[in-house]
Amino acid sequence: MPAVVAELSRVAVFLQENVEQIDAGDGGWLAAYAWLIPVVPMIVAFLILFFGKYSPWKGWGMATAALGFVAVYGTALAVANLRDGIIAEFSVNIGDVGTFAIEWGWVVDGLSILMFFLVGVVGFLVFVYANGYMKGDARYTWFFASFTLFAGGMLVLVSAPNFIQLIVGWELVGVSSYLLIGHYWEDMDNIDAANKAFMTNKVADAALFIGAVIMSLSAGTFQFSEIFTRMIDGQTVLAQFGFWAGLAIFIGAMGKSAQFPFHVWLPDAMAGPTPVSALMHAATMVTAGVYLIARLFPFYQLPEFSGSMRTIIVVVGAVTLLFMGLLAIVQDDIKRVLAYSTVSQLGYMVAALGVGAYTAGLFHLFTHAFFKALLFLAAGSIIHAVHSNNMSDMGGLRKYMPVTFWTFLIGTAALVGIFPFAGFWSKDEIIASAYFNASNNPEFAAWFMVVLSIVGAFITAFYMARVVSLTFFGTYLGDAKPHESPAIMTVPLVALAAAATTAGLLNIPGLTEVFTEWVTTRAFPIVEHHFTEPEYFLIAIVTPVVLLSLFIGWRLFGPSSELHYTSTSGEAADVSAPERSVAVERDTFRIPVLYPLLENKYYIDDLYMNGIVRPTMGPIADATLWVDMNVVDAVPNLTAGVAKHAAAAVGVIDDNAVDGVYNVAGATTGAIGGFLRQFFPGRVQQYVALSFAGVVIFAALFVIF
Amino acid sequence: MTIIQWILLGSAMFSVGLYGVLTRRNAVLVLASVEIMLSAVNINLVAFDTYLADPAFTGQIFALFVIALAAAEVGIGIAIVLMIFRNRHSADVDELDLMRY
Amino acid sequence: MTIGDWLTEAANWVFLFLAVPTFVASLMVVSSKNVVRAVLYLVIALGGSAALFLMLGSEFVGWTIVLVYIGAVIILFLIGIMITRAPLTKSVDLSHPISARAPAALLSVLLFGVMAWAVVQSFGLETIPFPDEATSTGEIGVSIFTLWVVPFEVMSFVLLAALIGGIALARRDEAPAERQP
Repeated sequence: MPAVVAELSRVAVFLQENVEQIDAGDGGWLAAYAWLIPVVPMIVAFLILFFGKYSPWKGWGMATAALGFVAVYGTALAVANLRDGIIAEFSVNIGDVGTFAIEWGWVVDGLSILMFFLVGVVGFLVFVYANGYMKGDARYTWFFASFTLFAGGMLVLVSAPNFIQLIVGWELVGVSSYLLIGHYWEDMDNIDAANKAFMTNKVADAALFIGAVIMSLSAGTFQFSEIFTRMIDGQTVLAQFGFWAGLAIFIGAMGKSAQFPFHVWLPDAMAGPTPVSALMHAATMVTAGVYLIARLFPFYQLPEFSGSMRTIIVVVGAVTLLFMGLLAIVQDDIKRVLAYSTVSQLGYMVAALGVGAYTAGLFHLFTHAFFKALLFLAAGSIIHAVHSNNMSDMGGLRKYMPVTFWTFLIGTAALVGIFPFAGFWSKDEIIASAYFNASNNPEFAAWFMVVLSIVGAFITAFYMARVVSLTFFGTYLGDAKPHESPAIMTVPLVALAAAATTAGLLNIPGLTEVFTEWVTTRAFPIVEHHFTEPEYFLIAIVTPVVLLSLFIGWRLFGPSSELHYTSTSGEAADVSAPERSVAVERDTFRIPVLYPLLENKYYIDDLYMNGIVRPTMGPIADATLWVDMNVVDAVPNLTAGVAKHAAAAVGVIDDNAVDGVYNVAGATTGAIGGFLRQFFPGRVQQYVALSFAGVVIFAALFVIF
Repeated sequence: MTIIQWILLGSAMFSVGLYGVLTRRNAVLVLASVEIMLSAVNINLVAFDTYLADPAFTGQIFALFVIALAAAEVGIGIAIVLMIFRNRHSADVDELDLMRY
Repeated sequence: MTIGDWLTEAANWVFLFLAVPTFVASLMVVSSKNVVRAVLYLVIALGGSAALFLMLGSEFVGWTIVLVYIGAVIILFLIGIMITRAPLTKSVDLSHPISARAPAALLSVLLFGVMAWAVVQSFGLETIPFPDEATSTGEIGVSIFTLWVVPFEVMSFVLLAALIGGIALARRDEAPAERQP
């Protein structure tokens, strides 16, 4: 033991001597000890792995305690930040490669505090909920170990002051999401989903590595703050490569944040347990891409460095928010609806960052974390009750699950943007920013973004009206007996519902600027337009659009649609359950081209499967088979095959007349085979002898000449 | 002490090992002959290390690597021999001519 | 330098005293008609080479040979012999017949000839300094963990692969268990 203590104190002294602090004094001890935030969950993850089975609550206790610690620390940091403003950065040198320092560190500023707070608070509630949801799972302890690693990896990512640590966290999140999506690996589909998520992310990660290397090499350092300083001082050649570096890094962010061409993995990732979906969509994983763009915002906001990257970001975000929202309309799996909804909302965030609305994008991330976690956990509560993911097995649940119903309704109101719930404020700010950008910058992409964000609000309201109607109204269609979930699951729901109701009040233009102050405490100035009052003109457009959409959705899918169905078809009302929902779907989407297009996810998954996966996997398998069939077995197959085919052909013509030919053919092939066989006897030792004879000859030749 | 006496010993043992590999029929003894060859290589490496008085001891360190590899090779080799014996009830390399067919 | 000069050096007598048994023992490994004896001759051959390393001052390599080979590898060989039920007495079918042995012997002699010729051509009668003191194990350690650390790590992977491979090969194949749905 004393040896261990001595070793630890040696490490401590090493750390103390090597910590290089920027802006000492800012944040005080609270920031100086913020390294505990990523370290505690990482250590706890491994403790659970080894000792979880023997600990109280089989690992759940430790995991929740770790997340509770992060939540408390994150809240403390947020409060301290609002009071004094914290901008601090610490780095420990752990090695040098040439002139580049490899460092591990932690950055504490408005942006990272936001993420600490979100991961801590949302994560804590999701972990509490998971106790009820995962009860009786065969790999309960293992689940909490990898779940804690997931949160820890995200915290490593958001606390990173340099590219190296960011990529380490990035990959930790990737690998633990792989473990979690494939948690129910007895089913082949889930394994495929996990592989799909991992491989899709890997493609994007490759781009991230390239971008990080270009940026770091041209700036001469891995550290973000150093890169920005050199950029502003004009000490870097980054301007020459800035566009390509920015593009490559953005592609990496697109992968993690499931933006348009890389969105395919996220709906399939619903194969994991529902708490995983909730955390993945709210605070970890998909927000990583948005976080990365926000972290590099000092770079992206300067067109002399990033070129026209901002336009690309806007277009990708806008396209994502529209097309993924449309896909949410046709899904039957309630979690998939929410998954496509998340992709669509991420499109809002990305596009907001693209138009330069840093605060608006992060504000939407903040509010979205609460209401989307709420929606997922409520969906999980429903799934827990009816033992099915499909909305065609639900309906009428409002009577059986009142708490779930009301919290889900609050989440829906927040997501579609009903005054005064959280989503109303954040979405409105994004639309206002887009409008402001467009009125100052008459580019096509800018107006494109304004129109699409309003259309997106319409679609969001439409599919959420459909989900609520099909799930909670009408008659119950499932087989299991629905019941309200236990308190350990409903209490987090209520807490998140409270947050989803009030989170928007943190940043009301002209009234409160808490959130703006929170996230703009960065070491580098963020240039953005600051709204002093709500854009009443836009609210007057968006709110009626949303309400109209809700009304249409309610008319189409609500309880009255059953009447609608029976009256149009003229059949009896006692239609059995699946038929009803299918009938309703068909009734609504008779639009010939659009419906198959949406049903098949624009054929993008098929394109990837047929265009990339099969052509690469197929030839490898075929080539292996071919080598096996044709090369490995060549001599015997050739001899036997020639003889056989000759025999068959000859035999068909005439056995007796060409008997001689047959014999000759057989004998010839046999003789050739026998002749060749003399040289390839199949004995290892003779091969060794031959090869050493060759060695002797060549060695002798070398010695002589 | 001359250098060639060591190298000649090494090459003689290498050739003897090769002879064993080529002529033994029992698979375990083939492996033993391979060990003789590796040991000859070690003598060569260590002798040159002393001859060159290398400050980094490259020869000795590679001899250590060869020892580690040889240990791994014997482990795997014996495992393969056991598997073959289990399937064919013989450890005779003459009967291992499946590659012919 | 003549043979006589060579023989006046005491170190060369030590060399002969160690090298001749080593060589003879390795000859017996490849020619003995008794399996167990062949493996026991291998002990002598390897022990002789370990002694030769000690003579060259390579203490660490020498003792590693004793530990790894004589301690572990020989036991593996004996277990291999035991499990494959090789005849423990003299047997004629341990080696190929003379018709196969003769070309092998010729090849070996040719190989030795080429190598010996090349060595004599290049080094002539250059001498090795008789080491005054043994190589320090600590210095070898420093060298391994600084200059040769990457090969060392690669070697550790090879050993890991061998470990896994050995287990996978020697494990008895069982009928695949029913997977839980």
